Amino acid sequence: MGIISRGFQGRRRGSDGRLPPGQYLVHDFPVLSAGPTPRVPLDRWEFTIDTEDGRRHRWSWQDLMKLPSETPTVDIHCVTKWSKLDTAWQGVSLDVLFEEVESAAEYALIHSYGGYTTNLPVEDLLDGKAWLAYRYDGDDLAPEHGGPARLLVPHVYFWKSAKWVRGIRLLDEDEPGFWETAGYHNYGDPWREQRYEGD
Amino acid sequence: MRRLPWRVARLAESRWENDSARTLVLEVPGWPGHLAGQHVDVRLTAEDGYSTQRSYSIAAPADGERVELTVERVPDGEVSPYLADVLEIGDEVEIRGPVGGWFVWRPDGAAPVLLVAGGSGIVPLMAMVRQRRRAGSRTPFRLLYSTRDPGRRYYAEELRRPDPGLDVTYVYTRAVPEGWSRPPGRLMLDDLAAGGWPAEFAPDSYVCGPTGFVERAADLLLSLGHDPGRVRTERFGPTGG
Amino acid sequence: MTDDHLDGNALAGPLREIFAVDMTAAVGRCAGCGLTGPLATLHVYGPGPGFTARCPGCEEVVLRVVRGPDAAWLDLRGAVSLRIPLTDAEPS
Repeated sequence: MGIISRGFQGRRRGSDGRLPPGQYLVHDFPVLSAGPTPRVPLDRWEFTIDTEDGRRHRWSWQDLMKLPSETPTVDIHCVTKWSKLDTAWQGVSLDVLFEEVESAAEYALIHSYGGYTTNLPVEDLLDGKAWLAYRYDGDDLAPEHGGPARLLVPHVYFWKSAKWVRGIRLLDEDEPGFWETAGYHNYGDPWREQRYEGD
Repeated sequence: MRRLPWRVARLAESRWENDSARTLVLEVPGWPGHLAGQHVDVRLTAEDGYSTQRSYSIAAPADGERVELTVERVPDGEVSPYLADVLEIGDEVEIRGPVGGWFVWRPDGAAPVLLVAGGSGIVPLMAMVRQRRRAGSRTPFRLLYSTRDPGRRYYAEELRRPDPGLDVTYVYTRAVPEGWSRPPGRLMLDDLAAGGWPAEFAPDSYVCGPTGFVERAADLLLSLGHDPGRVRTERFGPTGG
Repeated sequence: MTDDHLDGNALAGPLREIFAVDMTAAVGRCAGCGLTGPLATLHVYGPGPGFTARCPGCEEVVLRVVRGPDAAWLDLRGAVSLRIPLTDAEPS
């Protein structure tokens, strides 16, 4: 630990019970990205789920709009230590998208326009835990926050909630994604503070 | 073997450059010296052990154990409001560096130099201006300095004083002083053509500022025929302050 | 809206923590498109969750650096090779 700078407090660390360990509260919505913001015209947008035996399920933007949506209000936690409470989204539960998918795969690799990837166990995408979100706080999801649509998986660190999401590949073997291959934790539970590999 | 160490830096002097930018003169025992254009990491640690760090360009050439930074207060920032408003003479922070070996100017350079600054991008370029003066270099310098309005300038007094071989041109993007002939507006080709060097002089150009400014200035220089290999750029974005 | 990327100068500190010399002046070749240039000219996104440096020509990832509390991770997947100047005795 370094020398203490007199009078420096830094961001207020939370004592709020809704804040996972090591997190601080923000009221703005920080934008973090690992590359240029992809611009995806809605008439060319698609979302796919590829099963472990090579079958592809595909949704156009119009298909997505016809599906029943939900309006989850959730707390989100970024691995860079900010948390934002009561964020209001609209999107389609992945349970709906997975209804017609036959698969016994245990692992999912989520991929995005622009090349980003992240991995999760399939069970973390089901049972009301994940959404394909296309509206935030009453407006269409802005490109810098992942629009037209992003994944929303709020029970794990927010890097798992892939922006500009394009599809999911279902896999028998786990395959680590973009940050998971560069030191970040494979699962990323904020309540167990699983930030880095080995945490 | 020792990794680049954190060193204790004590605030020895400070001055305001305008109402939101403060220059900090730090005394850093063991400082190895630095080149004009290099930067440092500054680390702050709170009593409970929480710590965070930011990068700042060095504003003046090497002077023993003195390291001079100019810090712009970012509203709602975490580090810059502390450095601007809380840090007092005698207080300590930690710094690490110097780092960076590409965006640097050495006084032995013979080519004429064009400096293009956008906002607080002036800081590492000012280190070059001061380095040139201190070294008694005869390398001709031209500085093109774009700010929102005259009140946002840094180092205004110093840049007003005669410094033979240094030409300074201001570009104001929002508001101009009375009687100023150029209307407010972003950097244009004419500004670089008039305030810079002709491409055939083969100048070394250093461009520093926010990303959009740097992209634009570098594109304009290339369109004027400057050699891309002689145009060095440094961008800074929203750092979180 | 421009994408607010930084550039390779921002890697000077994180890489100087790992390497004994300045790496921003090192000249690399992009594995994606073959463009060569100093690391200082890469388009860099970050700092959080990590630094991602992309080729200014093709935007492919050239290198990544992640700093944890007691380790750093370095990914050089997109750099065919780096020419690292070693003659400079000046501070860096």
